[in-house]
Amino acid sequence: MNTILHKAATRGHADHGWLESYQSFSFADYYNPERIQFGTLRVLNDDRVDGGKGFGSHPHDNMEIISIPLEGSLVHEDNMGNRRVVGKGEVQVMSTGSGVFHSEYNNSPGQPAKFLQIWVFPNRLNVTPRYDQVNRDPAMEHNQLQTIISPEPPEPPAGNPLPIFSTTEPAGNPLPMSSAPGTWIYQDAWFQIGHFDKAKAVTYQRHQPGNGIYLFVISGSFQIGDQLLNSRDGLGITASETITATAVDNDSEILIMEVPMQNKME
Amino acid sequence: MEITQLNILAIGRDPAILQVVERLINGHDNWLATVVTTDGQALAAFGQQRFPIVFVCAGVSTAEEDVLRKCLTAIDANVIVARHYGGGSGLLENEVRAILDHQGIYITTKK
Repeated sequence: MNTILHKAATRGHADHGWLESYQSFSFADYYNPERIQFGTLRVLNDDRVDGGKGFGSHPHDNMEIISIPLEGSLVHEDNMGNRRVVGKGEVQVMSTGSGVFHSEYNNSPGQPAKFLQIWVFPNRLNVTPRYDQVNRDPAMEHNQLQTIISPEPPEPPAGNPLPIFSTTEPAGNPLPMSSAPGTWIYQDAWFQIGHFDKAKAVTYQRHQPGNGIYLFVISGSFQIGDQLLNSRDGLGITASETITATAVDNDSEILIMEVPMQNKME
Repeated sequence: MEITQLNILAIGRDPAILQVVERLINGHDNWLATVVTTDGQALAAFGQQRFPIVFVCAGVSTAEEDVLRKCLTAIDANVIVARHYGGGSGLLENEVRAILDHQGIYITTKK
């Protein structure tokens, strides 16, 4: 198992007043040759946007963009005709493909919006742009992982889908499994998210050989092997099929991103 | 290698996105963009001046990119033909800086 640790305090930081961003990987003015990407995971920004503020119309292309609001909500508008509000408890995906223009503003005039914005290189270029937005189910994330992102096409909701993760008590007793499909992107990537009570453990099973796994602690702290991860710390792991994370604090929340380390264009 | 101006050629099929890429490149001191939408225009521009960096943007397929790379490196073996991802502000500066670092290119202020 190989690991790379990104402590929260070592991230890039940009403060534009209305926008404050912490960047796990090089982005915009932040450039660190040692922190360009983790496989096909290229951007992990931890953003705060002041009330009423936001990003005017701007383009994107050939990137899978996943937004996960943590506080407040954003209003999104694009040239595909979408006008949607995405808030805490939801996940937004744009497959920007051949090109899309969009704007995103804090939907509240007075309260800040906080969200993670994640960019993954696609495995197909110039696809027709696509927008999707799904709800997260808090019950499905308590002491277990909920799938919020998977590859295209989404796994069938009916039948007997293979268990894709398991949750265990510290003693190894299995807890219920969840298989909520979430939404999908043009990449062999899986994102799962969950919040855990103190001392609860989860074992993540890698889906695809060659993929790496990047863990990002949203709140609280987790023990992974001999590594303690605190809020907003990131840990990239390669050459490992399973990873066990144990919550150190109550209501600790973690986002696990499995991505190809080499991009295989279709 | 030291240069006083970084010429960047960007080729893509979406004029609106290219316009933004052009504005972003030209927003940097001593960076100058030429943007084109066809492979023929790219070859013509490349024949007129040296571009250390050629960005392949939205709408260009990997097959077209391969042909372009072959043609352009036949003219200038040092040219870096790279795909620009994301469509604008987020990664563009990073992509340029990574290429400059890799190629050992330094931009010096004009006197």
